[in-house]
Amino acid sequence: MRPASPVHPPLIRNRPLLALAVFLALGAFLLPVLSHAPNRLISGRPVPLLSLPATSLALMAAPALLLGAGAFLPQSRRSLQAVALAAALFISSLLFAAGAEASRLGAEASAAARSSLGSGFWVMLLAACLILADSLARAGLPAPARLLAGVAAFIPAALMIGFGHLDDLSVMKEYANRADVFRQAVVEHLVIVVGALVPTLLIGVPLGVLASRRPGLGRRTLAGLGVIQTIPSIALFGLLMAPLSALALAVPALGAAGIRGIGLAPAIIALTLYCLLPMVRNTAEGLARTPRGVVQAARGMGLTERQILWRVRVPLALPVFLSGLRVTLAQSIGLAAVAALIGAGGLGSIMFQGLFANALDLVLLGAVPIVVMVMAVDALFRFAAGSLRIGASDGATAATGAGR
Amino acid sequence: MSALAQPHPASRTGAAMRRLVVALTLFGALLVAMPFSRSLFAWLFPRLERPLYEQHGFVALVLAHLGLVAASGLCAVIVGMGAAIFVTRPAGREFRSLIETLTAIAQTFPPVAVLALSVPMIGFGFGPAFLALALYSVLPICENTISGIEGVPPSAMQAGEGLGMTPHERLFRVELPLAAPIILAGVRTSFSINIGTAAVASTVGAVSLGAPIIIGLNGNNTAYVLQGALLITGLALVVDAAFEAIQARLQRWNAG
Repeated sequence: MRPASPVHPPLIRNRPLLALAVFLALGAFLLPVLSHAPNRLISGRPVPLLSLPATSLALMAAPALLLGAGAFLPQSRRSLQAVALAAALFISSLLFAAGAEASRLGAEASAAARSSLGSGFWVMLLAACLILADSLARAGLPAPARLLAGVAAFIPAALMIGFGHLDDLSVMKEYANRADVFRQAVVEHLVIVVGALVPTLLIGVPLGVLASRRPGLGRRTLAGLGVIQTIPSIALFGLLMAPLSALALAVPALGAAGIRGIGLAPAIIALTLYCLLPMVRNTAEGLARTPRGVVQAARGMGLTERQILWRVRVPLALPVFLSGLRVTLAQSIGLAAVAALIGAGGLGSIMFQGLFANALDLVLLGAVPIVVMVMAVDALFRFAAGSLRIGASDGATAATGAGR
Repeated sequence: MSALAQPHPASRTGAAMRRLVVALTLFGALLVAMPFSRSLFAWLFPRLERPLYEQHGFVALVLAHLGLVAASGLCAVIVGMGAAIFVTRPAGREFRSLIETLTAIAQTFPPVAVLALSVPMIGFGFGPAFLALALYSVLPICENTISGIEGVPPSAMQAGEGLGMTPHERLFRVELPLAAPIILAGVRTSFSINIGTAAVASTVGAVSLGAPIIIGLNGNNTAYVLQGALLITGLALVVDAAFEAIQARLQRWNAG
């Protein structure tokens, strides 16, 4: 494109927003927003967006027009915040319209009828989420405020799920059919993650402290843990299976205590092995990053080595340590899904059950909560790190750069 | 990274080459010996009727696995580097924050979830596995290419300009060569994740080294699981060692 002439301001002020708005419009008009089938065995007929009732369309059109117009407005903080708000409203109205249409179609058909979310829905949701994230990033808010705004955008969605407005969508029907299984799967998933986190902290933190004191040992430890990281999770589960089942056979007491080739034991051992790397590395890096001058000043003030550790090194290492913890947790929530293959349970078992049975709604019911959990952990730790950074903004910020 | 990580370039090359040779030898030996190991596995697992996986040849599985990872990786290199080059040019600069937001959000998705969610889009088999692997590996490659190009010192760019290079020449002769080590690190990350995801992709009907594991798990055949796990581990270590060797070469070459 030609550079704008100095006389006329450019017509398009935000080309990425325009591109996303066009993407959203293509999804809205070319792809079905829902797919409706008389029962779960027959593949559904597409429900185009324009066949929705006028009230739903009007509800979505208002924020959508604002999104499109945002590309032509002067780009100020205020206008970007307005675009973010419009994106949030669009996401809510899209969900509301989809839920209402599913109820309307459900009322006309038999109880076995199913309305599932169509490709157009996902394209519009993706485009609106990207517009929301991008305009929040451009609006120049501090990171914690950005995160809070992002979370607030999904409160209406949570309320709609909570108050049953989406109950006629097939995913939610699938959930209602197996609410107990789902709840148990969430608990199992958390048990795996926390079960791996405890030994990771107990082993990883002392190892990290040791590594920060003896760089030679630290290098060798990290190299060894790095080799473990390169082994794919499914293979590590498989490698642990034979020795553990042999152990359970040889020592029946261990078998009775739940140490077997399949189930929780190999899952927790494998996850711990993976999580040690970020934990040891970030603990060591955090502690090693304390500026020499700060330590000397503390010594000069008469602090003992122990006091220096707890009052100087640990607070300065905390942000790097927290980012290690964030990586650890995000990684183990994802890996725990694979552990379902070796019978450890959790949300992965719902997901794989859906994959094996070719049931899309089950796949969604398993996979979406996993993604939401990872994002929640990620956001929580970034929020904590952001607040720490603001609290320690004088000089200590130098220690926070590691780990993205 | 930090003081904890980097040894001298020359010693890094030597160590990397030794590691690659060891990994290749062990993996090759494992692959050749596996079809003849029936009696070993029969002795280890006396209760199994079929102690050796024979539905596919192991060499064929390795090739299919590597093919899936390499094809999706190549696709991701083209798309990821292309996007990164676009957003670091004046014409695409506006799109940079969008691309960075996209990669940051997408990387919080676990690879297995990407795999599972791509099945509804294209059905079972090679397709969803290829799509999920390619989609997921675009992210680290794109991210690293951007930070690699951003890290090119302004003095190098000015020198290129002073030599009368066109923007096109500067990209291929200054920016990309200087960014190569960081780009390669991104490609290594992608390949490492993809070798694992390709194994899990056996659950959606793709042919890979995950097949013995999945079939073994479904049929309570621990020997199959062990055979698949050993070969995947070997393959992952060989590929990682190969990347380490290339990176070490590159570092030495860049150092002088």
